[in-house]
Amino acid sequence: MTTPTTALARRPEYERPLEPLDDLPAEIPLRLHQRLWQQGWLRKALVLAVLALLWEIAARWQNNDLLLPSFLQTAAAFFDGLVSGELFDRAGRSLLVLTKGYLIGIVAAFVLTTLAVSTQLGRDLLSTLTAMFNPLPAIALLPLALLWFGLGEGSLIFVLVHSVLWALAVNTYSGFLGVSETLRMGGRNYGLSGLRYVLQILVPAALPSILAGLRIGWAFAWRTLIAAELVFGASSGQGGLGWYIFQNRNELYTDRVFAGLVAVILIGLIVENLVFNVLERFTVRRWGMQRQA
Amino acid sequence: MSARQLRATASAVDAPPAAAADTGRRAALQAAPPPAAEAGSAPAPLLHVDNVGLEYRTAQSVVRATHKVSFDVLPADRFVLLGPSGCGKSTLLKAVAGFLRPRDGEILLDGQRVRGPGPDRIVVFQEFDQLPPWKTVKQNVMFPLLASRTLGRREAAERALHYLDKVGLAAFAEAYPHTLSGGMKQRVAIARALAMQPKILLMDEPFAALDALTRRKMQEELLALWDDVRFTLLFVTHSIEEAVIVGNRVLLLSPHPGRVRAELDTADFDLAGLGSERFQNTVQRIHHLLFPDAPPPGRADPAQLLSPTDLRFAL
Repeated sequence: MTTPTTALARRPEYERPLEPLDDLPAEIPLRLHQRLWQQGWLRKALVLAVLALLWEIAARWQNNDLLLPSFLQTAAAFFDGLVSGELFDRAGRSLLVLTKGYLIGIVAAFVLTTLAVSTQLGRDLLSTLTAMFNPLPAIALLPLALLWFGLGEGSLIFVLVHSVLWALAVNTYSGFLGVSETLRMGGRNYGLSGLRYVLQILVPAALPSILAGLRIGWAFAWRTLIAAELVFGASSGQGGLGWYIFQNRNELYTDRVFAGLVAVILIGLIVENLVFNVLERFTVRRWGMQRQA
Repeated sequence: MSARQLRATASAVDAPPAAAADTGRRAALQAAPPPAAEAGSAPAPLLHVDNVGLEYRTAQSVVRATHKVSFDVLPADRFVLLGPSGCGKSTLLKAVAGFLRPRDGEILLDGQRVRGPGPDRIVVFQEFDQLPPWKTVKQNVMFPLLASRTLGRREAAERALHYLDKVGLAAFAEAYPHTLSGGMKQRVAIARALAMQPKILLMDEPFAALDALTRRKMQEELLALWDDVRFTLLFVTHSIEEAVIVGNRVLLLSPHPGRVRAELDTADFDLAGLGSERFQNTVQRIHHLLFPDAPPPGRADPAQLLSPTDLRFAL
């Protein structure tokens, strides 16, 4: 092996004593602007501020209050609405109906998916029903709902359940299917079965998908509710946010229409950031099932 | 066993095991004598596998995994199932765990026929995701104790800490599994299984996904734990070396379908004797039993290049 061309050149070994690193700091604090830029809320606020500025410029250039009130006018109308308590009142009404429909939808989705993971017939039922109803816009069912439940909360809850149920059921079921075989066998190994198995193994293991379904369901429900309120508005003169928008459009208070829309958007943002993000931070991200955003 | 077969097995596993019919032959076996009785008259087997044939369904066909496999595991045995891919060793372990119903033959644990999964046989899997990620290490160890309603919350927590201490992870009791290394996760799974104090501990290639150095260390620790607790172990591996080190009995299975080739006594070998000539001879012997046609590398015998079994190709 040791022909002259492949002979190893021998080099001396060495050891080095490590000198203390007195003058070199172990960590360097970030500058102020770097630390600020790390804050997600600040970056998002900046995006919003730029959008508001663009809006203000566009409105002033357009110069027509009836078509496009400026950002400041809208803010003033929004502030008035808050001070007079009307916006709170309307939003509260909408959210109350929404919560009822949302909760019923969640329960129904849980029952359907539990059936689907435990029986073949339940699987067929779920896949057929979701294939039929998931593409159907909830608002298209409103005329029927009005016929069945009359003008009022019943109709709203019906369309809300429809808008939440299928999106959540599809997501939950696909989450259940994705639960690893090892976890399933583990659960059965410890003697879990039936509802305990679903609650202690499948639901937590599928939580990322379930949360995604809840998010989608929430967005569907919120937009369905506002749209439904726009269509038939008030039951006994007490409508929600959609009705507030519709009424003010009829009276050509365009700035209040915008204030109503802002309220719709704000509530959406708050629920997204406070409810769902916090829920995720304390569950799936803490458990390492989802990357830190 | 290949990944595809494993998945096929897994889908077969979902079917709930139907209640087996026979209740007639229930020879009430005596409670296992203490593990001290290793020599002398053989004690009653803790696990009796009798002529078991297993099969699993793939999309195309029904695959026969094992054929007439019989063996006895005595109390405090470290019984190893060893064989190449496709010898049905993992399927056999799943059948003992109760995830799979034998097509023929029967599996008796303590004289009782195995009918389904149960907390008297805890499985340690190869996969790292066997620890529910939503539970801390301590909650993971407590999980089977609570799920099977063996202990109350307080006693379960105490026992969990006791066994976590045994595997050296007491400091990580409040950590979530995703923050642990692979070896630590397997240690948690072993602690979780031991905390249940099952009649028999089933390990399905538990160290196969670990790096070589960690694997060696885990084998060492498993033997130390056995010295301490004296549990009964059924261990599946595809490494001859690991089988000889970990087991005191090694069952060799031949592939397609799995059949018993031999059962060897390897109680004398441990990690200390790893390089010894006797150890190497045993490894060679097992190699030859498993692969009779292939001469061990470096010892090619010209006479063996053409073996009688090659004649079938000429016919």
